[in-house]
Amino acid sequence: MASLQRVFGKNAAYLLIGPAAIWLALFFLFPMLSLLTTSLSDPAGNPITGYDLTWRIQNYLEALGDYWPYLLRSLLYAGIATVLCLVLGYVLAYAIAFKAGRWKTVMLVLVIAPFFTSFLVRTLSWKLILADNGWLVETLKALWILPEDGRLLATPIAVVAGLTYNFLPFMILPLYTSLEKIDPKLNEAAADLYASPFQRFAKVIWPLSLPGVVGGTLLTFIPATGDYINAELLGSPNTQMVGNKIQALFTTASDYPHASALSVILMVMIVAMVLYYVRKAGTEDLL
Amino acid sequence: MTRLGRWVGKHLMITLGLLVLLYMYIPNFIVALMSFNDASQSRNLYQFQGFTWDNWLNPCDPLGMCESLRVSISIGLAATLVSTIIGTLAAFALVRHRFEGRSTMNLVLFLPMATPEIVMGSSLLALFVAAGFGGQLGFWTILIAHIMFCISFVVVTVRSRLGGLDSNLEKAAMDLYADEWQTFWRITFPLVFPGILAAALLAFSLSFDDFIITNFTSGQTVTFPMFVWGAAQRGVPMQVNVIGTLMFLVALGAVIGGEVMSRRRARGRVRAAS
Repeated sequence: MASLQRVFGKNAAYLLIGPAAIWLALFFLFPMLSLLTTSLSDPAGNPITGYDLTWRIQNYLEALGDYWPYLLRSLLYAGIATVLCLVLGYVLAYAIAFKAGRWKTVMLVLVIAPFFTSFLVRTLSWKLILADNGWLVETLKALWILPEDGRLLATPIAVVAGLTYNFLPFMILPLYTSLEKIDPKLNEAAADLYASPFQRFAKVIWPLSLPGVVGGTLLTFIPATGDYINAELLGSPNTQMVGNKIQALFTTASDYPHASALSVILMVMIVAMVLYYVRKAGTEDLL
Repeated sequence: MTRLGRWVGKHLMITLGLLVLLYMYIPNFIVALMSFNDASQSRNLYQFQGFTWDNWLNPCDPLGMCESLRVSISIGLAATLVSTIIGTLAAFALVRHRFEGRSTMNLVLFLPMATPEIVMGSSLLALFVAAGFGGQLGFWTILIAHIMFCISFVVVTVRSRLGGLDSNLEKAAMDLYADEWQTFWRITFPLVFPGILAAALLAFSLSFDDFIITNFTSGQTVTFPMFVWGAAQRGVPMQVNVIGTLMFLVALGAVIGGEVMSRRRARGRVRAAS
């Protein structure tokens, strides 16, 4: 790389970063701008001829007025799924980081391996697990956990379970990276000073793993909020999330302006929540 | 009490951890099982009817499935190649150079990872339509989109490998009269290569598995996830489970093979040194 520096002088860095910068500008930043202008266009157009930019702010009010329950539902489902992922993911990441010994690498590979099977195929298999006459529903009914006419498929439980399952690895990997850096001697030192296992966790392990907790919850919450696959395959019309609505407005209704407005609202909501959360957690260096 | 506490502390977490791992594998077990399902007699495709080898023997039976697989693999390979090159160059720039706009670039690279796929997909569609390409969505628009969302992940993966590199190795090579290119190709590149390989693998799996962004940019082109999605409305052919299981086995084989090979090479190097 130093020879590049000699030939091109100070511009070497720009030659290297150039292609990535141009690609992301053209196909990430520019589309965002396009989304913004579409969201302010007159809905009385169609995708083939395009839409006229009339600075129609009403699109936002209409989208918000019509679809706010979907937005709330998305935040609720994604929030519950994120908490469940945090609990399950913390247990597994902790076990790999501190208890797996020489099996550490094997277990890490095992965490990632299931995800080479297409995620749509895996999500569809939950349909079978949660099916009305499946063994899970029958067992829960036998244990009186589920009422006689109860079901799992097409309920919010199924959607949240699907989200939790699908985004769990996004939680585990950052948690593991954080936990793995903690010196086990700190834990031993706390034990020598008569800290109970609970105190050791609350005062030593948990605070030191916070960067992983913040990273993991963001990587889980953001994609889960925008997801519509789980709601579509495992849910019912009553469990649709904002992603379902955006997708339907774009593809079946061809109402691009309102769909774009809803997309922008979702994006702004997520950015606002992420910024607030990161500031609150005090890990701004994450960005 | 303390002995019990210690036992719990020692084994409880690993037991719970293995249970979580088991939970993550339930769908894969089901997919593997259903790949042997004899669904020829019944329309209920979400129940195991009977054992058969047929699905494995005739994986391409369902109309259009193998064609969609070919589309996905071509797009995956092309997206991997381009995004790995672009992303690796960018990672070198970010780790090895100080330049104006560096922090802006870091932010721009972070954003695609923090944006919900549905927003990226819909914004690309809005752009293509606004630019008058609404009627020409297909292979190329999917490829453009896939390269876009792979770049950030490649940069992050290569950057972490490059950042952990001991720059003294390069200085030592220069002290031994290697020129810059020799140093780069003999020292830097081989050391960074595992990171580039991991990035390429990640890029391929992201591209191959993507549904949401592809759905917005595909037009009439059908990738494998699009095929599964379309089939899910009518009932998924059992051969989909064969492909799912096969992908899992190939990927696992590649990871294990790579690990064994790197260990053997490391052992060979130790032997050569002694």
